[in-house]
Amino acid sequence: MQELLHQVLAGLATGGIYASLALALVMIYQATHLVNFAQGEMAMFATYLAWSLINAGMPYWPAFLLTVVLAFVLGVVIERVIIRPVENAPVLAVVVVFIALLVILNSVTGWIYSYTIKSFPSPFPAEPIFGQYVTSHQGGAIGVTLVVLLLLFLFFRYTPLGLAMRAAAQNPDSARLVGIRVGWMLALGWGLAAAVGGVAGMMVAPIVFLDPNMMGGVLLYAFAAALVGGIDNPAGAVFGGFLVGVLENLLGAFVIGNELKLAVALVLIIGVLVVKPSGFFGKVLVTRV
Amino acid sequence: MAALLQVSGLHASYGLTRVLHGIDFAMDEGTITTLLGANGAGKTTTLRALCGMVKTQGQVRFSGERIDGKAPEDIVRKGIAHVPDGRGTFVNLTTEENLRLGAYTRRDRGAVEADLERVYGYFPRLKERHTQQAGTLSGGEQQMLAVSRALMLRPRLMLLDEPSFGLAPLIVRELFEILRTVNAKEKVSMLVVEQNAAMALELADHAYLIETGRVVLSGTTGEIKSNDAVRRSYLGY
Repeated sequence: MQELLHQVLAGLATGGIYASLALALVMIYQATHLVNFAQGEMAMFATYLAWSLINAGMPYWPAFLLTVVLAFVLGVVIERVIIRPVENAPVLAVVVVFIALLVILNSVTGWIYSYTIKSFPSPFPAEPIFGQYVTSHQGGAIGVTLVVLLLLFLFFRYTPLGLAMRAAAQNPDSARLVGIRVGWMLALGWGLAAAVGGVAGMMVAPIVFLDPNMMGGVLLYAFAAALVGGIDNPAGAVFGGFLVGVLENLLGAFVIGNELKLAVALVLIIGVLVVKPSGFFGKVLVTRV
Repeated sequence: MAALLQVSGLHASYGLTRVLHGIDFAMDEGTITTLLGANGAGKTTTLRALCGMVKTQGQVRFSGERIDGKAPEDIVRKGIAHVPDGRGTFVNLTTEENLRLGAYTRRDRGAVEADLERVYGYFPRLKERHTQQAGTLSGGEQQMLAVSRALMLRPRLMLLDEPSFGLAPLIVRELFEILRTVNAKEKVSMLVVEQNAAMALELADHAYLIETGRVVLSGTTGEIKSNDAVRRSYLGY
């Protein structure tokens, strides 16, 4: 029983990280109807930036905040410079651009920082909280995730800029007619998604360690999470993230063993696509023919 | 005094297909002007050209200043609000969020709050539904919402594309009554495109008749109404 509780809490901790990355995927999907395959590598790159800052002697939290800002800028620049020119290109062309971005970010990071695995610090103390059930990093990661989610919710729900971004994603033509600069809203969306991804990277790095391929598995779980919740539903993606985290941990610990954990994500992805393509909370797409 | 809107030699095309072949017209501040014409005559395209949604040649002057070739988001900032064909509702947002978006370019936050109440005054039904998802509103309510969203800009000029489209006659009458009030009380000029020529001629001061991308007839609504050709082709008596 104790073991079960431990696994559930650990699952919630990584689930929160999946939820953040899934939310980043959903934010870009809502605006462009494309899944950004490079989201994980962007997060990985941001995490390396954080590592550099901390290694240069900056205390953890200022480095954390500066990394979030840098990730935001990186996201905006990538949208403006790389994605903008292929805005009206066929879907497959854009997917190729995303994959290229993934490979390039991965190799550039390996080239700058080498492929050797590095440890990444956690800002939370080493002693466990809540007795032995959950490490303080796991507890802290859940807390940070919840704060990020709350901030995003407040931003999109209550600020004029958040409203404008939702409007631009939903109905670009109409948005332009009320004066919203839709192109910039897209760039801002990329920036926000990259910033959220950066937080996810910094939270997951103490667990999986820092290396250029660290986000491969995380991105796969985030895909599964986004699909389970419905790829066009932010709240669904968050729910999916926590669900996938817990499921992965429980199945890994008690049913299939740790080696096959990643297969859970694939089975979930295929299962959802076959049984309920719109996810638990997604909109069923109806097209008139 | 110079005209509020002065259009000369306006050409527009979608891809290789020319739709407008040199439209000329003008309207004065405070008036309601209507563009009449059959399906495919180029009425909607004319409005879309005025607000920068299609590529054009020719000149468009708004209170003396050239606005042709500008982007839609810049033309809005000059005080031209477009009530588009198909209403342009943000279906997943609430009624009130839709209205607030209409005032997106304004910086006078306090006055925006007052304007919300002002448009709710014109359309009490929208106030009742202010938290409802706009996509669940009826067609008539969505048209009221589109007009209200445009009013939230406090525009000098409103472009209305087929405001009567798909609405019950009673609702059309109510809507046109409110447009007349807005025009009289707030001095908002309006350029109305309509297939329902009879309704449009009752609302407007001036009318232009467009056929296959050209203005073929213009005058006060009184003159247009008494034109035999117009009566036979567009009014049906």
